[in-house]
Amino acid sequence: MTLNMGPQHPSTHGVLRVVLELDGETVVKAKPIIGYLHTGMEKQAEYKTYTQSIPQTDRMDYLAPMSNNLALCLAAEKLLGIAAPARAQAIRVLLTELTRISAHCVWLGTHALDIGAMTVFFYCFREREKVLSIYEHVCGARMTASYFRVGGLSADIPAGFLDRCQTFVDEMPAHADEYERLLSKNPIWLARTRGVAPLSAADAVALGATGPILRGSGVRWDLRKNEPYCDYDQYDFEVPTGEHGDAYDRYRVRVQEIRQATRIADQAIQKLRAMGERGDYRLRDFKYVVPPKEEVKTSMEALIHHFKIVAHGFFPPVGEAYQAIEAPKGELGFYFVSDGTPRPWRMKVRSPSFVNLQTLPTMIQGRLVADVITAIGSLDIVLGEIDR
Amino acid sequence: MALAPARVEERLRERFTGTSIERQTGEAVRDHTLVVPADRLVEMAAFLRDEPELRFAMLSWVGGVDLLPREPRFEVIYHLLSLEHTCRITLKVRVHEAEPHVPTVIGVWPTANWHERETYDFYGIVFDGHPDLTRILLPDDWVGWPLRKDSPLGYQEVAFTHNTPGRMLPKPDLTVLKPKKVRYRAH
Repeated sequence: MTLNMGPQHPSTHGVLRVVLELDGETVVKAKPIIGYLHTGMEKQAEYKTYTQSIPQTDRMDYLAPMSNNLALCLAAEKLLGIAAPARAQAIRVLLTELTRISAHCVWLGTHALDIGAMTVFFYCFREREKVLSIYEHVCGARMTASYFRVGGLSADIPAGFLDRCQTFVDEMPAHADEYERLLSKNPIWLARTRGVAPLSAADAVALGATGPILRGSGVRWDLRKNEPYCDYDQYDFEVPTGEHGDAYDRYRVRVQEIRQATRIADQAIQKLRAMGERGDYRLRDFKYVVPPKEEVKTSMEALIHHFKIVAHGFFPPVGEAYQAIEAPKGELGFYFVSDGTPRPWRMKVRSPSFVNLQTLPTMIQGRLVADVITAIGSLDIVLGEIDR
Repeated sequence: MALAPARVEERLRERFTGTSIERQTGEAVRDHTLVVPADRLVEMAAFLRDEPELRFAMLSWVGGVDLLPREPRFEVIYHLLSLEHTCRITLKVRVHEAEPHVPTVIGVWPTANWHERETYDFYGIVFDGHPDLTRILLPDDWVGWPLRKDSPLGYQEVAFTHNTPGRMLPKPDLTVLKPKKVRYRAH
């Protein structure tokens, strides 16, 4: 029997459609069909300046806007051959780690909801709400942050921001305990996830899976450790991995990652306190970066630079660059080809969900149809990022 | 210790003597990029994956670039990652518009499946030997290759009561949507 699942199915997390060929309750073949949310972001980027593409990235993985902003900014910085000041990098680390916590909370809540554990959802969204309020405090937007800029940040952090983050970071480990108390030894949860949707390490690598999927299969690979960006080599944290590569291992990995992200965020806060509540938040190279507003109002030079950058953007050298970061879902990378004009000749997004979804048929082949829900949930996909 | 991309190039040249392997140079080519011929691509891919010193077990992504009006017009990019030795390298294959064919690398890296479909979908580059080369992100009945530079950024006018039906165009008017020519002056 051929069964069509989605695109309007609550557990496909958006508009994913899976065509399942069934033999009784067993899945013989599965084919994911995507593209329902395609908005041509890569094409649109060719008609925008690099900075104008930042708001687009918020809408890719809309659960982790800051990570997307960071990936674009780092790729553009690599192309230009510049780097943001250390203090800006620490703020970026702090915010992307909070993003990781919030993205994993949404994942855990919805995944548990799919499998039938209602309670976890409310706990997880409570913490996610706090991260969104932190976003709102720092940039005014709850989901479409667009806070990072090429060469630094759009503005400095507001007063009282670090204290607010500190409060959140201090209470987060207790909340992670709460989630684990609800699930880790819950017999129904174990029955629904342990041994379900397995993926061997060899398959994970061959299919290009990254992030918690790859680590859940036992491969210790994290770009923050292996190819550090944003001074991640100065932070002390561990990379959790699983053993069996099943849905339960992916759950364990992500919960551990919430704890590790909390640790990193805490270190970033201490680092920022040492550097000062206010200070450098973007590069003072005004060929690429807009000067601070106060200077624009008082200095003719700054006004000219402001006008030039706002009117037609910065001019990168002719060339190309690819930069990847460890987003909550895996390797998120941007590839730019520049022809020397302020608009990229080509922008390619390597989105983790797109590649991770390819492992779905391998995970569920020969398994029960009820496990398809668990498999999709444990993949942690966002269709905005897959379809772009 | 991390593997240096220059060493990868050296090994590749050693193994494939007589084959043209061109290191892409330029003002801002930030990744180690090698331009290789399409007919040796699969062999090279297998070598890069299996050689114990290299072990590029993961294909990070595949993508296309349209270099209009240059000839050969297209480039297909393969971004490889060695998890074991922490190294990245980029392979490029140049493709002519008249014959946009590249052999598939699914046999080496199964992950290439969707990436190649995406590149086909956007640029119309055909990957020979691909088991299921169909459109992936665009609808199956879509006409044209949207990321080619001669494909305009189209739009459909929003329907309001005052502009329907007269002003509503069912298809974008291609004559007015040619990308505007803007001349930039460097600083």
